[in-house]
Amino acid sequence: MDVFEPKIIGFLCNWCSYAGADLAGVSRLQYPPNFRAIRLMCTGRIDPTFVFKALAEGADGVLIAGCHPGDCHYTEGNLNAARRYHLMMKVLEDFGVERGRVRLEWISAAEGPLFAKVIRDFTEIVRALGPFNQAAESGAGDTVCAS
Amino acid sequence: MRKLRLASYWASACGGCDVAILDTNEHILDIAAVADIVFWPVAVDFKYSDVEAYDDRSIDVCLFHGAVRNSENEHLARLLRQKSEVLVAFGSCAVSGGIPALANFKRREDILNRVYRESPSTENPESVLPQPHFTAGDITLDLPDFYRRVYALDDIVPVDYYLPGCPPTPERIWEVFEVIVSGQLPPAGSTVGVADHSLCHECSRVKKEKKVKTFYRPHEIIPDRENCLLEQGLICLGPVTRGGCGARCIAANMACRGCYGPMPGIIDQGAKFISTLGSIIDEDRVEDAGAVIDRIVDPAGTFFRFSMAKSLLKGARQP
Amino acid sequence: MASGKAVDAVFRVDPPPAAKKLRELYYSSHYIHSHIAHFYALAAPDFVMGPDADPAVRNILGVVGKVGLETGAAVIKHRAMAQEIQALLAGKATHPVWTLPGGVSKGLSREEAGRVQKVADSQVEFARFSLQIFNDVVLANSGYVDIILSDAYRLETSYMGLVDSANRVNFYDGSVRIVGPDGVETGRYRAPEYLEHVAEHVEPWSYLKFPYLRKTGWTGFREGRDSGIYQAAPLARLNAADGMATPLAQEACEKMYATLGGRPVHAVLAQHWARLVELLYAAERLRELAHDPEITSDEIRIIPREVPREGVGIVEAPRGTLTHHYVTDERGIVLKANLIVGTTNNNAPIYMAIKKAATAAIRPGVEITRGLLNLVEMAFRAYDPCFSCATHALTGDLPLKVLVFDAWGDLVRELT
Ligand code: SF4
Ligand code: SF4
Ligand code: SF4
Ligand code: FES
Repeated sequence: MDVFEPKIIGFLCNWCSYAGADLAGVSRLQYPPNFRAIRLMCTGRIDPTFVFKALAEGADGVLIAGCHPGDCHYTEGNLNAARRYHLMMKVLEDFGVERGRVRLEWISAAEGPLFAKVIRDFTEIVRALGPFNQAAESGAGDTVCAS
Repeated sequence: MRKLRLASYWASACGGCDVAILDTNEHILDIAAVADIVFWPVAVDFKYSDVEAYDDRSIDVCLFHGAVRNSENEHLARLLRQKSEVLVAFGSCAVSGGIPALANFKRREDILNRVYRESPSTENPESVLPQPHFTAGDITLDLPDFYRRVYALDDIVPVDYYLPGCPPTPERIWEVFEVIVSGQLPPAGSTVGVADHSLCHECSRVKKEKKVKTFYRPHEIIPDRENCLLEQGLICLGPVTRGGCGARCIAANMACRGCYGPMPGIIDQGAKFISTLGSIIDEDRVEDAGAVIDRIVDPAGTFFRFSMAKSLLKGARQP
Repeated sequence: MASGKAVDAVFRVDPPPAAKKLRELYYSSHYIHSHIAHFYALAAPDFVMGPDADPAVRNILGVVGKVGLETGAAVIKHRAMAQEIQALLAGKATHPVWTLPGGVSKGLSREEAGRVQKVADSQVEFARFSLQIFNDVVLANSGYVDIILSDAYRLETSYMGLVDSANRVNFYDGSVRIVGPDGVETGRYRAPEYLEHVAEHVEPWSYLKFPYLRKTGWTGFREGRDSGIYQAAPLARLNAADGMATPLAQEACEKMYATLGGRPVHAVLAQHWARLVELLYAAERLRELAHDPEITSDEIRIIPREVPREGVGIVEAPRGTLTHHYVTDERGIVLKANLIVGTTNNNAPIYMAIKKAATAAIRPGVEITRGLLNLVEMAFRAYDPCFSCATHALTGDLPLKVLVFDAWGDLVRELT
């Protein structure tokens, strides 16, 4: 049997977490290759639609990472992100999406090791949860899907 | 001028959309003057077999309401697509699953069990469930197959126009009908009978800065009739919902539940609303904001009340 | 409306009197719209155009063509005004967002009440006019009266309906009263006790369940006193009550029973007559409520304070007794629901009525035409145009399929 390799999408803010990821890279820190980063200017730009879309289109886990509270370059962007995240997690729970699949982290530009560790941990958690089958799959068996 | 051939059909529907068509009132006679109704189960006595006998694309316009929940719905969706030149997804159920699609939070087995075995009025000692194919002697009776989830019409067949609303308001229905008669059809795929602005835009309430300290449920407060309901702490989907209904619910002093569907450009009405609420909560500390958010009960059912079948996640993931 | 009453019960809150009156006013208007639509769009085509008229004209538009544009316009206008009153209160006529635990979200201004008074006057006149049409078109035609009274459309069962303390028909509140086929009361219950009186049977060949009287038990598709089968909807409501609470409707009710041979009436097609009697009652009740000084009160809501848990609400829907039962968590989020909706009550009676009509119509040597099949469908249309709300999660009009077998059991024709 093939080992399940989860696909993980990360939405990273340009100023802190993306820089942190960069640092992890240049420091040659080891982290699993399952992670694909999407760079945004700020976590305040993250609309829950992005997370839903990532899950709907094949991601098994989604990471949102930005500057520590107080450090956002646009003052309040990460606060907005945190409030949305909290509400989004409640909604995702009702959709039957396990809590472990979506994660919010504050990672600064200097925290390369932290970044690598978060990715390692997160990958293992998502791996343990298994593939994220979209609910559309649960329609399998309806004649609609056959035709 | 040749008379139009018009059809209307209800799939997984409540009948409210049919009533909305009747609510065009005196215009019903205007419609009859320019159109022959060739299929409309609630009002006219043509049968499925009549429709099967029609030539392909010989129905000029078919208004299809209701979602697709079973094999009979699907069969009629395909049949009417084949027989119609223009197929309109009419009402929230056909457009995006509507209220029936809230069932996508549940498993089909659980629904059937609840209704036929567990409900307190049911006496079913032999644990009988309705069977899609039931044989008695040498007769087999076929019932529609109850699908695992609820689909919007365009999950099944291509749709030409979308007319949202639960139900669409009679004024908008009549306007759309006038456009059909004029022959000046908008580009295929358009959403019709709606405004391009948000519901907030056509809502006459006084709007100040949207900052909310706490949320209430509809039964917990008596809101005033002048100010924005969302600013008064009631969950109003106005900011992410298309205008067109004339802010009907707001007139009854109740918040909008989003039946006119998402604003243009929004691909997931519920997800976008999370975004909206996130930005208006007036608490800077994450824990305090969390406490405010926790006052919103059943956010998934509330934000996706009419759009579940078209939400990006389609339904709850079933273990 | 049933859900509104059920959530009152869930939150253990009693709405102020003005709110209850407003709900009843709204609901009277709802009845007017629904009964006008059912009578003119669904029943009248069979009688005005004739049961075997071409389906292309056997519809509301054909009716308008025949009774005249003026009458047609009056039908449309009165149904429209009934819808207007609902929208005036509840934002929308269909799917009102207006009842809340403890009351309603919007009241009636003095000016609006004036409008309702005017509409109500007109509705009373229109209801009387509709009864007159029924008299002139149906009762004056002995052929139709024969059909109505024929054995093919006769079903002797128990009946159920909501009544007030004087046993008069009420749509919004009261006790459910059950009478046997002989018209004698056999049961009576308030909403929370519904499970002691009603149960539902499941058949593998129907998504719709078959309610029956629990105390008698499920005895199969049988008529009579020992059968658990009962009917709901207009005729059943009249049969289960002693009369109507408004004077003109009472008069019309007495005339119906006098003409059809006294209480109870078992003629399925008398359903349409009963519907018009109810139309008149709804109009009169609308008028009474519109003139009630309390109707413009501001006291229309009480904020519930109790912890919600469980509740049952019952009203009479136009097509039968409607029961909503919810069990919630401590926030009032529904965990379990059980609904027995109007037409579901009549599920077994509909099958039985169809079978009777079919057995009478389809006989050796009689050619099976669409008109003849329509005679069978008329038994169905007496109850409900739509099975969709009655099947809970399921939908669709049940296409009627008639398989005709010869004496040796071979299929000779299949009609759908
Ligand atoms: S959109 Fe609303 S009114 Fe229309 S069928 Fe669906 S539930 Fe009924
Ligand atoms: S949020 Fe609701 S009440 Fe406020 S302006 Fe928008 S539609 Fe009106
Ligand atoms: S206010 Fe909102 S829920 Fe009400 S009709 Fe308009 S769009 Fe629909
Ligand atoms: S700039 Fe990093 S979170 Fe806003």
